[in-house]
Amino acid sequence: MTDVNSTISRAEVCAAAIADAFAEDGEIFGSPMGTLPMLGVRLAKLTSNPELVISDGESLFLGGVPPLFAKGDVVEGFIPFRRVFDVVAYGKRHVMMGATQVDKHGNQNISAIGDFAQPQRQLLGSRGAPGNTVNNRTSYWVPKHSPRVFVEKVDIVSGVGPKAAKAAGPAAAKYNDIHRIVSNLGVFDMRGPDDTMRLLSVHPGVTVDDVVAATGFALHIEGDVPTTREPDSTELMIIRNVLDPKSIRDREVPPVEAAK
Amino acid sequence: MTRPRSKKMTIDEVVAQLSDGMTIGIGGWGPRRKPMALVRAILRSDLKDLTIVSWGGADVGLLAEAGKIKKLVYAFVTMDTVPLEPNFQAARQNRTIPEICEWDEGMFQTGLKAAAERLPFLPMRAGLGSDVLVNNPDLKLVASPYADENGDLEEFVAVPALKLDVALVHLNRADEHGNATYLGPDPYFDDLFAMAAEKTFVSCEQIIDTAGLTTDVPVQRVLLNRMMVAGVVETPNGAHFTNCVPDYERDEKFQKHYAASTKDPEAWAAFKERFLSGDEAAYQAAVQAFHAEQA
Repeated sequence: MTDVNSTISRAEVCAAAIADAFAEDGEIFGSPMGTLPMLGVRLAKLTSNPELVISDGESLFLGGVPPLFAKGDVVEGFIPFRRVFDVVAYGKRHVMMGATQVDKHGNQNISAIGDFAQPQRQLLGSRGAPGNTVNNRTSYWVPKHSPRVFVEKVDIVSGVGPKAAKAAGPAAAKYNDIHRIVSNLGVFDMRGPDDTMRLLSVHPGVTVDDVVAATGFALHIEGDVPTTREPDSTELMIIRNVLDPKSIRDREVPPVEAAK
Repeated sequence: MTRPRSKKMTIDEVVAQLSDGMTIGIGGWGPRRKPMALVRAILRSDLKDLTIVSWGGADVGLLAEAGKIKKLVYAFVTMDTVPLEPNFQAARQNRTIPEICEWDEGMFQTGLKAAAERLPFLPMRAGLGSDVLVNNPDLKLVASPYADENGDLEEFVAVPALKLDVALVHLNRADEHGNATYLGPDPYFDDLFAMAAEKTFVSCEQIIDTAGLTTDVPVQRVLLNRMMVAGVVETPNGAHFTNCVPDYERDEKFQKHYAASTKDPEAWAAFKERFLSGDEAAYQAAVQAFHAEQA
């Protein structure tokens, strides 16, 4: 068994912060893209939100909560891509996506860097981001917080932030809900003035100045910024011994030499 | 007993049905269950100026690299374990595809649905507020004729029908009449592609008799009905190097080799010479030899 009193890693703090983003969601489809989001969603299901509906990331709703990337658990439903689109429109879904760029107004870019007609760097394409952000709750996960990711204005708007949604009219704004942005440095929401990004907490060992320096726009910061909570012993046991015994999480967020 | 006609064809007979400038929908999803044997046959052909409609993987990368695409309609192009498809990336960055339509991935389904239902468009929220509307100036909005709970007449994206001349799809099993089953985790949208197209050609791992399609297989897995299908080709390992579960998983080793080969002109020329210069049988033999070397 892992010693739960050993140093809590940055990845473990991120997992708990992601789990917290799904804690109040109730009985909806928690839909993570990537390793840490999957860990956080499964942690939420085993702790704060047992009602959450999760999938194997392929086409099955899982009745149990298997370790990362494991198969063969109890199945409770069928969720092929066509039904994912149905649930997006139905709205009972919270997706946590990645983001190559996020801007001050919570717009996200996974399409391309540079000019759309001839990009400097073509990325995946906009995938489901345009539809997700005007239909269901959407959060973002950024494993490497830097001024290249957090930019004044994204090159291409894939995911729609609240200000752009309002500008596009009631059909776009009605269900737009950019809930949390979790990075390896802190936790954010979109409740700053004029729908801008607000710093909610900094992870243990990170200062507000660190976050400001790694962000390419002026973050909204209110008073004393709290420290992101550390996972408790139950959560650490679940992360280390149940969901991610191989420490896949450390590949996405390498352990930080504790500066505490 | 009279029976429906056989639609068995060869790969070359399918390609002979295609012509320059056609709009071709390619089924599957990213690096999953793609009709790669038919894509490879297009690479070998003289076809040009194609409009390709695909939730893209290496199908799009290969066709782009071969200069076959005049217009590309996509929402993403990825090989999953190699997230960015290098040939597609190069085509975008060098601007070698004249017309680019990047849509939201759900809009794609809506566009195919509109075509399948013979409607000019279907309304949808996806796209609103995003650069999908900026970068596709042809996309128009449509106002709801019904007021919502706030008295607003909401404006939606009028997703135009994605009408296809031809759909190419790959299924696990088919009969010679065009009924076909998927045995893997996800049907993807192959039935929608088929109904959005004037003509659909199905490649499959194995052609079996009709009764065999539902022997030990739930009838719900019969995705395509023969009325949607113009031709059936048996192409064992025909989705390679994408997956065709449960018949085979994605060929990760080969995919890595493909991706690595694109990084260097000489390596790419060697890749093409080795794998793409002959017919499908030659391709499959070359893949086997590749794995024998790796072992």
